[in-house]
Amino acid sequence: MRLWLRTWQLGLKSLVLHPLRSLLTVLGIFIGVASVIWLLAIGEGISMKAQEQIEGLGADNIIIRSIKPPDTASPDQRGPTPYGLLREDYDRLLSTIGTIDRALPIRELRRQFRRADRMVDGRLVGCTPEYAQVTHLEVDRGHFITDVELEHKANTCVLAAQVAERLFPFENPIGQEIHIEEEYYTVVGVMKPRESTAGVGGSLAAQDFTDDVYIPITTLRARIGDFIVTRRSGSFEGEIVQLSQITLRVNDIKNVIETADLVRRSLASKHRLTDYSVTVPLDLLEQAKTTRLMFIVFMGLIAAISLVVGGIGIMNIMLATVTERTREIGIRRALGAKRSDITQQFLAETILLSVVGGVTGILGGLTCGYVTAILRWGLERSLPKVMENLPDIVRTITPQIVPWSIPMSFGISVGVGLIFGLYPATRAAAMDPIEALRHE
Amino acid sequence: MTLAFRVEDLKKEYVLGGETVHALRGVTIEVPEGDYVAIMGPSGSGKSTLLNMLGCLDRPTSGKYYLGGDDVAQMGDDQLSEVRAKRIGFVFQSYNLIAQLTVVENIEVPLYYGGSLNAKTRARCLELADLVGLGKRLGHRPTQLSGGQQQRAAIARSLVNDPYFMLADEPTGNLDSVTSSEILDLLGRLNREENKTIIMVTHEEDVAERAKRIIRLRDGLLQSDERR
Repeated sequence: MRLWLRTWQLGLKSLVLHPLRSLLTVLGIFIGVASVIWLLAIGEGISMKAQEQIEGLGADNIIIRSIKPPDTASPDQRGPTPYGLLREDYDRLLSTIGTIDRALPIRELRRQFRRADRMVDGRLVGCTPEYAQVTHLEVDRGHFITDVELEHKANTCVLAAQVAERLFPFENPIGQEIHIEEEYYTVVGVMKPRESTAGVGGSLAAQDFTDDVYIPITTLRARIGDFIVTRRSGSFEGEIVQLSQITLRVNDIKNVIETADLVRRSLASKHRLTDYSVTVPLDLLEQAKTTRLMFIVFMGLIAAISLVVGGIGIMNIMLATVTERTREIGIRRALGAKRSDITQQFLAETILLSVVGGVTGILGGLTCGYVTAILRWGLERSLPKVMENLPDIVRTITPQIVPWSIPMSFGISVGVGLIFGLYPATRAAAMDPIEALRHE
Repeated sequence: MTLAFRVEDLKKEYVLGGETVHALRGVTIEVPEGDYVAIMGPSGSGKSTLLNMLGCLDRPTSGKYYLGGDDVAQMGDDQLSEVRAKRIGFVFQSYNLIAQLTVVENIEVPLYYGGSLNAKTRARCLELADLVGLGKRLGHRPTQLSGGQQQRAAIARSLVNDPYFMLADEPTGNLDSVTSSEILDLLGRLNREENKTIIMVTHEEDVAERAKRIIRLRDGLLQSDERR
């Protein structure tokens, strides 16, 4: 026990003899270990965020959206071509697929909302009363669209927080009227502000709930209709769309994938063009999990490379040390050191180096959250423009330290020290004592 | 009379550049306990080879080497290490103290490798340091000592394991004449008063004069072995 302790003491002594050299060697391992923890934490942070956003869509939902097919019509064909989901689709899906618990038809278009001389451009959403619940919107004042309003095609509307604020900066909007196209709508409710959802999988655009106005879908059909004209650079463009989106809720999460298959087949049989897309958040969730795994492997690989580089640094230094201390090795051998004693001595030094590197690396790794926060703060101060243009996921990144990355990176660093220290140590032990003693 | 060691018909051959060099052609020496032997010889006489054999740093091609009742001539590497740690005390021309250790730690090294470092042997280190006149410099590092002081520390180190003999390779080779004389006085005193067996390799006649017995080598053979 005493002798064992002495080996470590001796190792420490030799390392302290060359402080700068030891420090630089430790730095290599420090960077390796810290980067393992950092990269995994950043990867975990990103994938957790993605997962949360997908979960926000509802794991038991299937989302079908109308998409405009590529322009296939010949240029001389006049008039708008209808596309997208039909009310007929909605009825058929509901009546033929038993596993569908609930279906939400939505129709949305860009419109101008006016109140006296105030004007806001935004999204007009025709929907049913369940919409608020499914999209996790909360009512701030008044109430959301009711079944009665839906049935009576009432001219009532609910405003998103920001729209309400801009149209009614000084008064309570409830009971007031706003103007959309030629119609007046009575405001019955105002929603709480909500963060936007991320765009997922390409088929589902990011949804921003800040400039929405909600009206009963029946009202929208009666007042505005399926045919919409939009002005675009001097010409008019017409579109005929019955439904923008149908959100299906499946009765059991186990049936989601199967139901999605049925939905796809049912739609494919009636639509000549693929003018719709089916998004299954559960699918995305599975995908995100796979992506996360790949991400971890990838990040781990990068970090492993830096650890190996650190290990090579150790090996390099130890080889130099062994050469430099050839004479000392000779002396020790002459005084009775066995080969294994010499191996132990040099291994103790490399392990000390890598353990110190590992421990400081872990401490460095744990600062990940603070450092990113400081970095973000600094960037927002100094380069606000650049920050604004960065993707959301980068801007809001919050690293999540993966607990197992700490013992793992420590283990790897010690392992690296052992592996890369072994060769110099055995080389030292293999020296002929006579030759070593003669070494200048 | 007990023997410190005995070598019998010791031969050593090297292959150097395809040619076999006969460094030792059959050397037989008997050294009784308490002897003080100087080994002399011109370069190429096999002096260094004999020194390496006696120090158990190398194995002879043939022959026997009895040290403490065992034939150590054909022992394995680890066994030889143990023999060096417990039965032989080395003194080198260039002192060969370990730079990062203090005087007392340097003296402890053979005990450490011999596995007998404890409070009792540690006390012996201090005694020995006193004996060689370094009692006041225990905490110094080799670089803080003069050549003579370093060699004194090395002598103390060579005695710490109570060896069968001390093997001194040109112990005064790096020292001025005054210091040389002091070191030789110390060796003489250790031999006379402490009954330490000393084998000293040297090429200086006046150094060899201090020994009780001079062995001369020539071309790998004993040329003369005279007791004075």
